[in-house]
Amino acid sequence: MSFVPPSDPVNRAKKIKVSQLCEICHCRKALIRRPKNLQRICKLCFFHVFETEIHNTIVCANLFQKGEKVAVGASGGKDSTVLAYVLKLLNDRYNYGIHIVLLSIDEGIVGYRDDSLATVKRNQVQYDLPLEIVSYRDLYDWTMDEIVACAGVRSSCTYCGVFRRQALDRGAAKLGISHVVTGHNADDMAETVLMNIFRGDVARLEKSTAIITQSSGSPIKRSKPFKYSYQKEIVLYAHYKKLDYFSTECSYAPEAFRGTARELMKNLELIRPSCIIDIIHSGENLILKPKKSSKNELRSASEQQPVEVRSDGSVKLQRNTTAGFIDGGKCERCGYLSSNRICKACILLEGLEKNRAKVSLEKDTSVAGAARLTRALERLSF
Amino acid sequence: MVKVKVEFMGGLDVIFNKQRMHQVLIDGGEVTIKDLIDYIVAEMISNKNDIGVFVENGTIRPGILTLINDADWELEGGEEYVLEDGDIISFTSTLHGG
Repeated sequence: MSFVPPSDPVNRAKKIKVSQLCEICHCRKALIRRPKNLQRICKLCFFHVFETEIHNTIVCANLFQKGEKVAVGASGGKDSTVLAYVLKLLNDRYNYGIHIVLLSIDEGIVGYRDDSLATVKRNQVQYDLPLEIVSYRDLYDWTMDEIVACAGVRSSCTYCGVFRRQALDRGAAKLGISHVVTGHNADDMAETVLMNIFRGDVARLEKSTAIITQSSGSPIKRSKPFKYSYQKEIVLYAHYKKLDYFSTECSYAPEAFRGTARELMKNLELIRPSCIIDIIHSGENLILKPKKSSKNELRSASEQQPVEVRSDGSVKLQRNTTAGFIDGGKCERCGYLSSNRICKACILLEGLEKNRAKVSLEKDTSVAGAARLTRALERLSF
Repeated sequence: MVKVKVEFMGGLDVIFNKQRMHQVLIDGGEVTIKDLIDYIVAEMISNKNDIGVFVENGTIRPGILTLINDADWELEGGEEYVLEDGDIISFTSTLHGG
């Protein structure tokens, strides 16, 4: 599968009315109406404002340090492709002095990820950037296809999300990189704000608009330079620049709740295009009321807490509840950052492994899945 | 009669037999984009269950970018734009994952 760029128009406007001119340069025909402010601008002015806005976001948030190595989480999709292209361009133009590496995760979804990875491999050549691919198969000894065969389609996003988060961190750690940039755009962020409101997830609501996220104790920080970039403008940019990106929805069921939130937002955007940036603005200015007085905390600390017994017979460790979520713990099995004794990925893997053992017995193969996984995890060292 | 080139991108080609570029001939005096959309829905979408992917409430589904000769169709008069021979109309979905 090779890349075919979109066709160039052959019909040129014969007579341009003054009202059709770009509102920035006043000399070329306007082609775009910016969703943020409804300004009508031409292609060249669009490139300029789009790139400059991202540059301003990067500078204002002080995202990069000179000499820093930065990994772009590259899926081959529109956002990460445009991100890699724009970052390279801005790095050359404004001399950030960063070293950019493409980091891809191979979830092992045949017919989806293999095609999108082919796009990333072409991007690697087109933009002349180093590429590293980390696969679920190597990290967890499972591919998403096997997981879905085992656990069903409905929970596919749960597994994939937990595993990918870790895989990106591990991939970055392997390359000695402590900063991962992702292509999350304004639409994604507004969607997340809405979803957190709908779910009443106040704890996440406050954090959901942060441009840099980092758990304390984790050496790897993540950032979103496209935080204020509209999806529509990203697609337009890729279209005009003829960037080679992959566009197919993942073969497994998309998260229903997010899909509905997205639909709602697309309809809102039609009526009021600035609503996306407005939702982010609202999210940024929401500050949680500080937790109630220490009286309650003292009382709750003295009360006997119920002890959580896990399915494997282990007991959840008691900790000072006043501190809330504790960052910086390590998973006992894989050593990955975890707030619990065993991290989410290992718990999911354990569940999967139980199922695999059953299947292999029925088929009478002598492969002990659990042992194989333990060995695979033992081999991991970062 | 008017002859235009129609392009489906951003994954939309899936509902058009995975073919991205189409030459379309439409009969009539003044053919508008609205007529083109009706033609696409009636003649070009192979599986009728896919119509909802392309249109919603009688117009292009929100989240699909419509360009007339690389210009946003909102700036060209939207559905009322009258097609000319050689025009390139592109539909790009922005809804797929990043």
